[in-house]
Order: sequence, then structure tokens, then C-alpha cells
Amino acid sequence: MGKGHDHQHPPSDMTLRVKALETALVDKGLVDPATLDGIVDLYENKVGPKNGAKVVARAWVDPTFKKKLLADGTAAIAAFGFPALQGEDMVVVENTDDVHNLVVCTLCSCYPWPVLGLPPAWYKSSAYRARAVSEPRKVLEEFGVTVEDGKEVRVWDSTAEIRYLVLPERPSGTEDMSEEQLADLITRDSMIGTGVVSAPGKG
Amino acid sequence: MDGIHDMGGMAGFGPIPIETNEPVFHHAWEGRVLALNLTVTTFLPGNLDYGRSIIENIPPADYLRMSYYERWFDRILARCKLNGVIDERGAAAVERGDTPDIHIEAKNPPAPPDLVLAFIQSGNPAGREIEAAPAFEIGDVVHTKNMRPDGHTRLPRYARDKTGIIVAHHGAHVLPDSNARMAGENPTHLYSVRFAARSLWGETAHPKDTVTIDLWETYLERA
Repeated sequence: MGKGHDHQHPPSDMTLRVKALETALVDKGLVDPATLDGIVDLYENKVGPKNGAKVVARAWVDPTFKKKLLADGTAAIAAFGFPALQGEDMVVVENTDDVHNLVVCTLCSCYPWPVLGLPPAWYKSSAYRARAVSEPRKVLEEFGVTVEDGKEVRVWDSTAEIRYLVLPERPSGTEDMSEEQLADLITRDSMIGTGVVSAPGKG
Repeated sequence: MDGIHDMGGMAGFGPIPIETNEPVFHHAWEGRVLALNLTVTTFLPGNLDYGRSIIENIPPADYLRMSYYERWFDRILARCKLNGVIDERGAAAVERGDTPDIHIEAKNPPAPPDLVLAFIQSGNPAGREIEAAPAFEIGDVVHTKNMRPDGHTRLPRYARDKTGIIVAHHGAHVLPDSNARMAGENPTHLYSVRFAARSLWGETAHPKDTVTIDLWETYLERA
């Protein structure tokens, strides 16, 4: 099965099966192929972790915005105008000296689409869904993240329509960087909790 | 239901399959499945919870064999069958990669890109206003019910019959348990409940760690 049970190669005929159904639905006038193209383009090219990085960078440079973001994530993020589907109710949780946050959805694969785009395959994997709640520190080690003993690992299992975004800690050595430069440092994984942000050159 | 989808705490799945520089879609068909999934909602009845319950009903061995978007494709086909868009013969044709006969004619022109993209832009919030006051407030200690409904629910089995503390109240949200059965939204107060990891997993868990789960009022009792 190669690496990981969830990420096996699908049957070679998935392309044909999907095409067969799409063709029939289009032929009957139920689906407009241009609509499908538009959705694919949106999530392949326009909605992704760069959105979340903008939110985090703003919070790092603007204490008033950060306060609003932590108090009402939905309203603070709405101001950016990202497509809201699968992020209609947002809660932003802050990593601190005492707490490291980690987001999972054990029951399906709920993920904050407006700020992170579509979930990576590992987030949807059985291994992550099973283990993030029961052995988060071992999971984090696999991502190269060590959480010190004195810190709480706070796991969020997204069982409802609340979507969680982690506000990672701003690394030292970035005091002189602009909001745009900071946004370029912020990784997808740091906003799920499976990564931390490093200063340039310390990657 | 105690299905294979309820994975929290299970063992045996191995390391996390981390992939560097992962593409959004590994195959072009995955994008088409995502888009079809969002588009069929314009002409088929259903809702988010109903859709999840269909995936939860995939037999466990198949569920584990299939990738995420394969499950989604299975769901689209299932919904087409359930709503008479396609019959068993048509579904079998799709499985072979042959274009099937479709049994309904469109009454209206198909949803144009603008309409579906506007839906994605505005989203589909699950919060609702209700008159009933919340039974709990932040700081309350609560106990999750020991329940095993046959149908869809969002109380993971690892968090059943456990004691936690309310850390947030989100107002009332559509109740998945009834919505998934197409039996109404039944909006119910929703809370974030925090559990000590040791209360869920025992001594192997780190003493400082916690798990926070969003749970509806009907899943909870005062501890």
C-alpha cells in the first residue's frame, strides 16, 4: 500500500467513473460544466493557507485586531472577504508560553476552508484522526514539533460547525519585518498546530 | 452510530502520512468530485449532516480502502440513486466508466457558476436563534451521556460517559442527529466542553493535556 493507508493510489478507473457521471449530469442539463470549472479554480488557485497567513500576520502587528480576532474570530475574519463556506463560525485559539493548540476532526475531516483551503491528505488520514486526540505529543513529534513538558497540549476536535484556526507564536528575530514579510513565513501547519513558525534562516 | 468513521483513539493506523509540497488535488478527478459534490446540492434534497451520514454508512472495509474523494464520489452516486436520478443499472454503468441513463430531466437551467460561487462566498451558517435559555454556562461541570444512537450523532464514542467543563457557549446550532435524518433542524444550544486527557485515556496521557469537543446540550447532563 505504499506510505499510509489513506493515501493509496485510487483505482485507475476513477477518472472514467467521475467523467461518466459528470457527462450524464451535464447532458441532462442538471450541471453546468463551467460551474465545476469555477469551483475547482477557486480551491486550487484562490483559497488556501495564504488567506490564514494574512490573518495571523495582521494579528501579530496589530494588537487591536488581535484582540478582536480572539474575541470574535468570525467577524474579524469576515472583514477579509474570503469565501465563507466551511468556516461560517470561526474560533481562533492562541499558542502561548503555556498552551500549544492542535486541531483535528476525528469524525470526518472538518477544516477551516476560508483560511486554509482544502485539507491536506494527512489531515484526512485515519492515522491523524485516530491519534491526534489520544497521543498528540507523539503525533507532533512526527511533524518535528516538540512540546515541552510544562505546556498543555490543547486538542480541539471539530465535531460541530465551529472551525478552528491556531494563532501561532511570532518568532523572535522578526521584530523589523513588515506584515507582508511575516505572512510569507506563516505555514499551513502552524495554523493547524502541527507546526511552529520559524524566523527566516532558522527554518 | 458506532461506525468506522468514529476514529478518535483507535490504534493500528501507523504514522501520519505526511507529504511535502502536496498538491491541492492529487488527480484531476478529485477536483471534479469536490465541484460535483457542491453542485448536486442545487438540485438534490439533503444537507450537510445528511451527507455525512451517507459516508458513515459506507461499509467499514470499503471506508478504509477508499480515499476521501472516493468516499465523496460514492456519496454523490448514492444521492443520485436515492433521489431517482439514476437507477441501479445506471449506477453500475458509472462504476464501469460508461455514461449512464439519467431518469430526470432538468426543470430549470443548471446552476450557473455565479450562483454556486455566491453560495460558497456567503456560506451556510448552522447557528439559529431560539427562545429556550441555555441549560449550562461557562464553568459548569457536565457529564456526557452514555448513548449509542443508531443514526448520525456528533458525540464521539471516546467522549461518552465522561466529565468535562464548559469553556464556551456558541448559541443554538442545527442538531445533526435530527437534521441527518431529514427530520428537521431542531436547533439546540452548543457548547465547547474541555476534558482532561487523562479522564479520556487514562494514565498514558500527559497530565497537562486536554481535549475540547463541541457538544450539543442534548448530549450533556449536569455532573
